[in-house]
Amino acid sequence: MLWNTLLLALRAIRRNLMRSFLTILGIVIGVAAVITMVTLGNGATKSVSDQIASMGSNLVMVVPGQRFGPGSGGAPNFKSADVEAVRSQISAAEWVAPVVSKSVTAVYQASNWATVVTGSNNDYFRAGNWELAHGRTFSETEERAGKAVCVIGATVREKLFGGQNPVGSEIRIKQFSCEVVGMLKPKGQSAMGSDQDDIVVMPLRTVQRRLSGSQDINRLSVSVRDGASIDAAKRQLTLLLRERRNIAENEEDDFRVMDTRQIAETLTGTTKILTMLLGAVAAVSLLVGGIGIMNIMLVSVTERTREIGIRLAIGALEREVLLQFLIEAVVLSSLGGLVGIALATGASMGLARVMGVPYIFDPAINIASFLFSAAIGVIFGYFPARRAAGLNPIDALRHE
Amino acid sequence: MSDPALIRLSGVTKTYGQGPSAFQALKGIDLAIGQGEFVAIMGPSGSGKSTAMNILGCLDVPTDGSYEFQGVHVERLQRDERALLRRHFLGFVFQGFNLLARTTALENVELPLIYRGHDAGARHAAAREALRQVGLDGWEHHTPAELSGGQQQRVAIARAMVTSPLVLLADEPTGNLDTKTSREIMDLITSFNRDRGITVLMVTHEPDIAACARRVVRFVDGRVDSDRSHGEAA
Repeated sequence: MLWNTLLLALRAIRRNLMRSFLTILGIVIGVAAVITMVTLGNGATKSVSDQIASMGSNLVMVVPGQRFGPGSGGAPNFKSADVEAVRSQISAAEWVAPVVSKSVTAVYQASNWATVVTGSNNDYFRAGNWELAHGRTFSETEERAGKAVCVIGATVREKLFGGQNPVGSEIRIKQFSCEVVGMLKPKGQSAMGSDQDDIVVMPLRTVQRRLSGSQDINRLSVSVRDGASIDAAKRQLTLLLRERRNIAENEEDDFRVMDTRQIAETLTGTTKILTMLLGAVAAVSLLVGGIGIMNIMLVSVTERTREIGIRLAIGALEREVLLQFLIEAVVLSSLGGLVGIALATGASMGLARVMGVPYIFDPAINIASFLFSAAIGVIFGYFPARRAAGLNPIDALRHE
Repeated sequence: MSDPALIRLSGVTKTYGQGPSAFQALKGIDLAIGQGEFVAIMGPSGSGKSTAMNILGCLDVPTDGSYEFQGVHVERLQRDERALLRRHFLGFVFQGFNLLARTTALENVELPLIYRGHDAGARHAAAREALRQVGLDGWEHHTPAELSGGQQQRVAIARAMVTSPLVLLADEPTGNLDTKTSREIMDLITSFNRDRGITVLMVTHEPDIAACARRVVRFVDGRVDSDRSHGEAA
């Protein structure tokens, strides 16, 4: 019975190709949209966490204020003495890099480029897993004397020098000239979406003296020794800095100590919310597709009531007619689901390449979308058919 | 063998609706039809002939009275049991042909065989043979829209006959056809009765169509008004 009913269902689908196509179109688009959105969102999340991992899993950042991001909310910056204290008192700290950042415009001959100058020392390169492509890092004399030298990132090189080797050239920043002594290997986009290679590093003292005009330090990058506990290091850092910043026991920290895992969580949290939002929008389109199926199924069953009457008169059992309609609905919506998945796979792969995020196949969302489309087909195909199959054959035959 | 009648209606009534708006379409029908008969049921509109036909075709059940088909009380059967009775013993031809649209003649004729569970090979062969018998050689792959009215009715007859039913029920089979085509269709139906001994019950309001039958039952106002047999087919 099942085989014969399947045959009847397939014949019915074939003889209404246009209607069948329209029925599955809604499901195809809905399923494809949901899967594509969620897949791209997952890819974006993955790419964020990958980039944070490239910062090194043992990196701890200390920023003033409680808020992550620019602006310290009135909390005082750090001082050089803080850096020394961390270096000497936190045994787990391998490299401690003070950071001062300043937005500037760098000029070389006719080219200029708005970038950020980071004032630090050679520990910055070590803590941040930076490697040199050309030239060298700073000498001790240059760091101590605050010489006008800099190491530039791949983006700055490209914008100012094109393909030329920049080492040995002089770039102008504000009122002074600065010799390029080294160039960093590219790292790509950062977790926040900014370009990590858009960077000019100078000795800390040079930036303090010539650009920021103060002894303040905006941020500390601390890399923890291999094998040492990051959590323990963070606790020690917090205690030390509370003491140095004279924070009473009942007061909250006016700085934040974060490891890369926390940064990753903060940032991937954002992309996850975006993924959910996009997924929700796409789910609405799947729902609309479902309503389309419902419409077509309802209309077609009304239209096909006479057909049901003919089948019943010929001697079809009510359950055979029902089964046929059920199979039709399941075949159509499953086909829609499968085509949707195929379309989504193609679209996600293409878009992932364009957007520069990895393509990650998510079986859960594929299965869920498929089941949802199948369920829509079953529900909206079955119930109208049940009404028609329950009719008296004569009434069904007379139906116009 | 104690009862020679294939079909026996006893005191059959059919009432539509309930209460004061109730309408009694059949007011007590007694009718016995034997194997191999060719019976025309005539009567004016509203005389109950179509209602009687629906009951005879096991598409509807009487409100009261009994309907025995081969000694089986149809009025006591469940919906599915009546469906199986139709599937195995009855063939239908309707005024409006009632073919499946956008479906080839061959597939239309195959339909009852699919419900009977015949395998594909036997099904194709039987359907082709049935189409050949109604003179539609070479039209197997045409859909109803590509066929004339007469051809569509031939397909419908092939569909009814492909299962070799005991009884062929024809409800105004020529109602939508011109005179010449009507004659051809009637020749076909007559030949099935004559050559294969198939019992034919036919509703019609045209006397010259009814003349093909050997027995004419006239309905008036929900009762059998007259029941005459000719000697041989006219």
